[in-house]
Amino acid sequence: MTSVTAALEHEGAFSTRDRAVVVEGIGRSFDGRQVLRDLDLVLAPGEFVALLGRSGTGKSTLLRILGGLDPDYQGEVLVPERRAVVFQESRLIPWQRVLANVVLGLTPEAGGRDGLKQRGLAALNEVGLAEHAGDWPLTLSGGEAQRVALARALVREPQLMLLDEPFGALDALTRIRMHVLLQDLCARHRPAVLLVTHDVDEAILLADRAVVLVDGRITLDTAIALERPRDRGAAGFVEMRNRLLAELGVHDDGVPLSEAAPATS
Amino acid sequence: MAVTHDLLRGPPADAGTVDGHAAASTSSTAGEPINLTRPIPQRRRRVGVRVPRFARRVVGPIALVGIWQLVCSAGVFTSTELASPVAVFDAARQLWDTGSLQSNLLVSLQRVVEGLAVGISVGVILSVLSGLFWIGEDLLDPVVHMARSVPILGLLPLAIIWFGVGELPKIFLIALGTTFPVYLNTYAGIRGVDAKLVEAGQTFGLNRWGMVRKVILPGALPGFLTGLRFALVGCWLIIIVAEEINAQSGIGYLIMQAQTTDRTDIMFVGLAIYAILGLVAEVLVRLLERRLLSWRRGFTGA
Repeated sequence: MTSVTAALEHEGAFSTRDRAVVVEGIGRSFDGRQVLRDLDLVLAPGEFVALLGRSGTGKSTLLRILGGLDPDYQGEVLVPERRAVVFQESRLIPWQRVLANVVLGLTPEAGGRDGLKQRGLAALNEVGLAEHAGDWPLTLSGGEAQRVALARALVREPQLMLLDEPFGALDALTRIRMHVLLQDLCARHRPAVLLVTHDVDEAILLADRAVVLVDGRITLDTAIALERPRDRGAAGFVEMRNRLLAELGVHDDGVPLSEAAPATS
Repeated sequence: MAVTHDLLRGPPADAGTVDGHAAASTSSTAGEPINLTRPIPQRRRRVGVRVPRFARRVVGPIALVGIWQLVCSAGVFTSTELASPVAVFDAARQLWDTGSLQSNLLVSLQRVVEGLAVGISVGVILSVLSGLFWIGEDLLDPVVHMARSVPILGLLPLAIIWFGVGELPKIFLIALGTTFPVYLNTYAGIRGVDAKLVEAGQTFGLNRWGMVRKVILPGALPGFLTGLRFALVGCWLIIIVAEEINAQSGIGYLIMQAQTTDRTDIMFVGLAIYAILGLVAEVLVRLLERRLLSWRRGFTGA
């Protein structure tokens, strides 16, 4: 069908330097309800893509497919072998201490158990939580738990990071700090990132590219060419926000929803 | 603004007549007076000496024994109907001096420990098989639920035919009686492990064995401990009946012997020992919980 599929059939794997994710014509339906339809998406290595959409438009479905959590899709999907997911809830195993959670599922290699422990501690150190290595996850705050989840993803040196509304459950102040941390970590490790979010500001603040999903189809795919660090008040930022909000069907023009409702429905 | 001052002192009497402006700004609130109070909860803070928790908890049992002694001293019952705590204590000392209390207690304990060891092991193995494997569940679960509804003590005559009058029938019954609570609760614990954690484990490369060892079995521990609790209570119920009907030793036998000689005091010694053993079992489970479930925040174990 395509070059990618052909290469897969020929070699069993597809090795490339210019793509971290290849999605070709995928679809997914649940009980006859089509959630994703004929969707194409390519991520370059190190590229940070924000996937925007309203609730139920298939954002998380796409992320779960890329994360290998949903095998029942149609079409072709290629992802790196080294990938990691951060969910909205930290999903730390409560009966494993923080460090054990970070290195969960990793097998000791050259450095043995001690080497694995050092890797875990280094990752925790990067998110500023090395001193909590021996704590139980339930003693952490929401922001701390999410930082541990980031460390658990980072320690795998992922070529693709899948973030499913990772800051959605955090308070606004913690979220700002997490944005700074995430930008910092991404600048250092350069994984390709797919960030699923419904927060337009978050998308513009962090991403190189914004993709808007409406009813399981990509309706907008645009680069965010703003200088970093980005200022929420800058003209380019505001312009991008309005454009994305418009694409999402929201008009932030100060009209109360109760008055705007008849016009939109 | 004058209106603000008025509000602090009380509802403005003539807010509507100050001037047109004030009347407009207060008209919405002036309709109904609002009673302002300090936000202090109804239940006041406790004052005075705080009694330690342990002391508070022993008050009930001590009061019970006290009333028991009073009733006996008042002569409401004859000593064959109800032995007084003092008489029970004396009987216990006599039995201890002759050594029959220790030997019988030891025999009962041994039966219980052996039966529990078998019952808990079988319960855990079965629950893991049917908790982890669909085929295990399909094959085992209906059978276990059917077997569970058979009254264990009703099997005593059958157990005697099968295993004779020695130790085996007692151990068999205890094992059978403790298997089911352990099975049911551990199975529920395994199936109740948060699917989101299992999913997270999958994305982070846990293999099947790692998943069982690090996610599923530790997650099922609270359920297992609940089952263990039921098992530890249930085993004493079974052993007492088994020993009363078919034994030449053990606490149940001691009670049965006491009945033939109208020694109510000795019967109460036996009952008191069961009560104490039940308490010890409870304490053991709590210690175990405190150790195994220390990851639960705020878990005090007390």
